[in-house]
Amino acid sequence: MSQKNKYAQAPNKLSVALIVNGTAQQLIVAPWTTLLDALRDHLGLTGTKKGCDHGQCGACTVLVDGRRVNSCLSLVVMRSGAEVTTIEGLATRDNLHPLQQAFIDHDAFQCGYCTPGQICSAAGLIAEGKAKSDDEIRELMSGNLCRCAAYPNIVAAIKQAMTVMAGKS
Amino acid sequence: MNSFQYSRASDVADAVRQMGADPTAKFIAGGTNLLDLMKEDVERPTLLIDITRLPLRSVEATPGGGVRIGALVPNSDLSYHPLIEQRYPVVSSAIRAGASQQLRNMATTGGNLLQRTRCAYFYDAVTPCNKRVPGSGCSAINGINRGHAILGMSDSCIATHPSDMCVALAALDATVHVAGPNGERAIDLADFHRLPGDTPERDTNLDRDEIITAIELPARGFAKNYTYLKIRDRLSYAFALVSVAVGLEMDGDTIRQARLALGGVAHKPWRDSEVEAALNGQVASPETFERAADLLLRPAKGFAHNTFKIDLARRAAVRALTQAANGTPQSQSSKKIV
Repeated sequence: MSQKNKYAQAPNKLSVALIVNGTAQQLIVAPWTTLLDALRDHLGLTGTKKGCDHGQCGACTVLVDGRRVNSCLSLVVMRSGAEVTTIEGLATRDNLHPLQQAFIDHDAFQCGYCTPGQICSAAGLIAEGKAKSDDEIRELMSGNLCRCAAYPNIVAAIKQAMTVMAGKS
Repeated sequence: MNSFQYSRASDVADAVRQMGADPTAKFIAGGTNLLDLMKEDVERPTLLIDITRLPLRSVEATPGGGVRIGALVPNSDLSYHPLIEQRYPVVSSAIRAGASQQLRNMATTGGNLLQRTRCAYFYDAVTPCNKRVPGSGCSAINGINRGHAILGMSDSCIATHPSDMCVALAALDATVHVAGPNGERAIDLADFHRLPGDTPERDTNLDRDEIITAIELPARGFAKNYTYLKIRDRLSYAFALVSVAVGLEMDGDTIRQARLALGGVAHKPWRDSEVEAALNGQVASPETFERAADLLLRPAKGFAHNTFKIDLARRAAVRALTQAANGTPQSQSSKKIV
């Protein structure tokens, strides 16, 4: 090897084990692969969207070990062993998730690009159990932008899903 | 993003050793700011040392009546922790005023202290910036500087520190515990962040091979009379134009002890001991608060686009002191300012 410095040397690819939507996955990735790119490009789960890629829009929101995070600002190698839930993992075989049904019932989207992130974020919000009022829902959903401005209907949909899910538990 | 190697630290000593062995390495925990800066080509580490598996995730009461917060406690968990909500509500409030819940779930307590300015010129890797490339000049001084500093700036840099949490920690006299190759030391939060002077590339007094292990809050939490008031361009998920953390210890209408820190106005959370001394022993009244706010903003200086922040900060300080004295802290969900 001649004159190889660490800048020229390609870093070793790393092995990562994840559980994605209930299925064990083994990935071989470069260290800079984000969780978002791993989901979309390595696992073909394109429901999770790349919006800004800088943690400013929330379109990439997924649940990691039950908590909502921006997958664009997360390195997948740092999530080894985690359980990841994306929009593809919310519905059961025959039934939409109560949030998915509520977004349809309340017309809580227009173009739909932000919707997977909105729904995953709302699932995280409901699990956190901190939002009770409309103001609190709006504040705790502020990390998810909707350029179609479906905000009032998103709040209504989340309230419906909260009621449905509280009734089931 | 540039290419880099990845390693995991097994304990604090290992993290410090790995950092000492590689002058272009960086620690990564939440990653919310570092990865963003790497995507912008502002940060170019050749090695990321993952510290997220270190045992620094507890929040514990200390024998002296304070609380010790592990550096890896996520911002969201800290904000909702019963000890913090009950005894240091200004910290809970300040955290909830910043970022989004997704980011707060990722971002850590130690990382919050080390986040870098959101000055657009610092972020834009092709314009001169003394913080990014020492000696290249400051593009903000004669550029778009609406969000920039009005206190404590220098001819080299007029950037502001972006944290909300740190403003509350400054008001509470927090201590930062760090570990390095020569052992552990404690740094007062007031001395942790730096003013830019002629070395704006250094945000803090943490040495590069040191790691934050914990933040300690002293017993006095100002849980009864406090507020965190944040003024920004939209009602949520935006950095402060001006923010104010206040803690008062009241005896009837008289202020026994006052704490006040400003955010969004300087290279570090801004405290002024002269202002606090001028409040101590005074009756809480509009006149008292106006006088203190005038004193607080007396050294302020504006640039082409941010002169409005001087009066905004003055009025926000009066409002925050009023909220704290009345025991009616700013709600971070209902945005109405009363």
